[in-house]
Amino acid sequence: MLDAAIIGAVLASVVAAATTLLLASLGELVAERAGTLNLGVEGMMIVGAAVGYVTAYGSGSLLLGTLAAMLAGVTLSLVFAGLAIGLATNQVASGLATTILGLGLAGLIGSGFVGTQLEAAPVLHIPGLTELPIVGRALFGQDAFVYASIFLLVAVAYVLARTRIGLVLRAVGENHAAAHALGHPVRRIRTLAVMFGGACAGLAGAHLSLAYTPFWASDMTAGRGWIALALVVFSAWRPLWLLAGAYLFGAVSILQLHVQGFGLGIPSQLLSALPYLATIIALVVISALKHGQGAPASLGVPFVPDR
Amino acid sequence: MPLRLERQENISALRHAMAPVVALLVTLVVGAVMFIALGHDPIRAFTLYFIEPLGDAYMLQELVVKASPLVLIGVGLAFCYRANRWNIGAEGQYVAGAVLGSWLALATNGTGAGPWVLPAMLVLGAIGGALWGLIPAFLRVRFGSSEILTSLMLVYVAQLGLDYLVRGPWRDPQGFNFPQSVTFDDVALMPLLTGEGRLHGGIVIALIVVVVATFVLGRTLVGFSIELAGSAPRAAAFAGFDERRVTYGVFAVSGGLAGLAGIIEVAGPIGQLQPSISPGYGFTAIIAAMLGRLHPVGILVASLVLALTYIGGEAAQITMRMPFDVTRVFQGTLLIAILAADILVRYRIRRVEGASHA
Repeated sequence: MLDAAIIGAVLASVVAAATTLLLASLGELVAERAGTLNLGVEGMMIVGAAVGYVTAYGSGSLLLGTLAAMLAGVTLSLVFAGLAIGLATNQVASGLATTILGLGLAGLIGSGFVGTQLEAAPVLHIPGLTELPIVGRALFGQDAFVYASIFLLVAVAYVLARTRIGLVLRAVGENHAAAHALGHPVRRIRTLAVMFGGACAGLAGAHLSLAYTPFWASDMTAGRGWIALALVVFSAWRPLWLLAGAYLFGAVSILQLHVQGFGLGIPSQLLSALPYLATIIALVVISALKHGQGAPASLGVPFVPDR
Repeated sequence: MPLRLERQENISALRHAMAPVVALLVTLVVGAVMFIALGHDPIRAFTLYFIEPLGDAYMLQELVVKASPLVLIGVGLAFCYRANRWNIGAEGQYVAGAVLGSWLALATNGTGAGPWVLPAMLVLGAIGGALWGLIPAFLRVRFGSSEILTSLMLVYVAQLGLDYLVRGPWRDPQGFNFPQSVTFDDVALMPLLTGEGRLHGGIVIALIVVVVATFVLGRTLVGFSIELAGSAPRAAAFAGFDERRVTYGVFAVSGGLAGLAGIIEVAGPIGQLQPSISPGYGFTAIIAAMLGRLHPVGILVASLVLALTYIGGEAAQITMRMPFDVTRVFQGTLLIAILAADILVRYRIRRVEGASHA
């Protein structure tokens, strides 16, 4: 039977699975609120996972690995920014190119490390709270990535809604011509937002290869970057909804694993397909309800001054 | 950033054609840096990657065999991208076509069915791909969902579906538990063009598709409506072109061609269904479409170039123990270079005097 310990463990793994998605989608949300659609999330995430793993493996330091992963994500995001913002190329194609390049680079970087393993990032133990029944491990027995994701979420929500920087960033995303006329450096702000997205995607990759599944496998992101992109649409570009979406998808991906474990005679492939099917359904429901409302008005439109 | 892009008027045709060439050269430079970083002699690596395959009759055939699915899928994608519809799930449509076409091959296996099987398989393959491609089209038209994300998600679904079939109901009972179907009967296999060798009938189909697509895109009202829907959607609406029909049409064509490529590959070089039937043709074809500037003949040339990266990658993997990811890096770099080169031939970067921001 399901007892409290099992439920507690399941909840804890849902939180872990959701954290990767939350980190990556949070960064993309900022990039998109500034008006840039970066389809390179999957590529930046896997490069982060590879660089983070290799660095942590070599140095023995998880912190160094995490920082290297974020730096790698930022570097790749600059390739995208150079194309899509600097040269005003088509954003969809530029993002795809970023992902293809990232998948290849990550494979090269990690090629010597297939089959190795790392010790997972330690759980930050909070005496008293971690031992709480059922929710103790899920809420208070997680690694630093989980707490970082919640901190980042609150920070992004606050900055976007309550600060001048957030206001300018949203203005650039809503109407870049007007923001430009007001004297805001549209391309610089967009580049910074894309770089933030790259750092977050790299961090998500580090969470994947240093904490969630502490080994290296090529294609280990398995489409999570794309699901993160879908989550941003699902959230209607609002950070708090992103939290709900990420945890919902974390739950779907964990529950299908557990159902596979029970062996109810459902083909495992159908269960494995559930997160992807759920993404499609979520996209359809959200677009049927809102019909594209909530998207920054200049999203995906390249900005070229005086053109 | 006191830099500005300035549109160049009256660009010569030569300058336009230069963009892919420049992109290729840039990719080669990046490739040389990568080879050195990996500790390989770049000249030897380049010879192995790009020269040796061209000097060997078998490798040349292999080049054409690998290029033909890219041509089929890439030409289909050109329909979508010209209309500004972003189908990035061709890999899934390829699998869906392969599955539906293979169903007939397996259903007729060992029954002594006549030579009608292969043509029927090809039709089913195209239908399967088109249906899979119409899902994101429908979701976009009916609900306004982003076709980019839905078409991509369907890739994973199609691959898992194929995996289920070859490990479950369609597995060869005499196959020692290997996850693969029975080998197709002769009537369900693509005929070879020459008695021996690798060239098969699918290559002829790909060439016919290039000719037909060149005509349709360049010389017909359908091609014009696709172009207009992409470049000036409002004008297209005023001119009476139905936006929804364009969406359905381009997704059906590109899905259908991807499905056709899938069934040709399974009935041709592979000869049976397996869990993996593509080294990422559906994604590489996106690059072929871009590199070929969305023109069928250009895509044909681009596909040959990209096929060379596949062949060279395999050779380098065997001879120099280089990871196959080198090929992916080449392909990604090529796409980045072509996107940049496309802009740089049409615009000039100017320093703007006295501008504080841009």
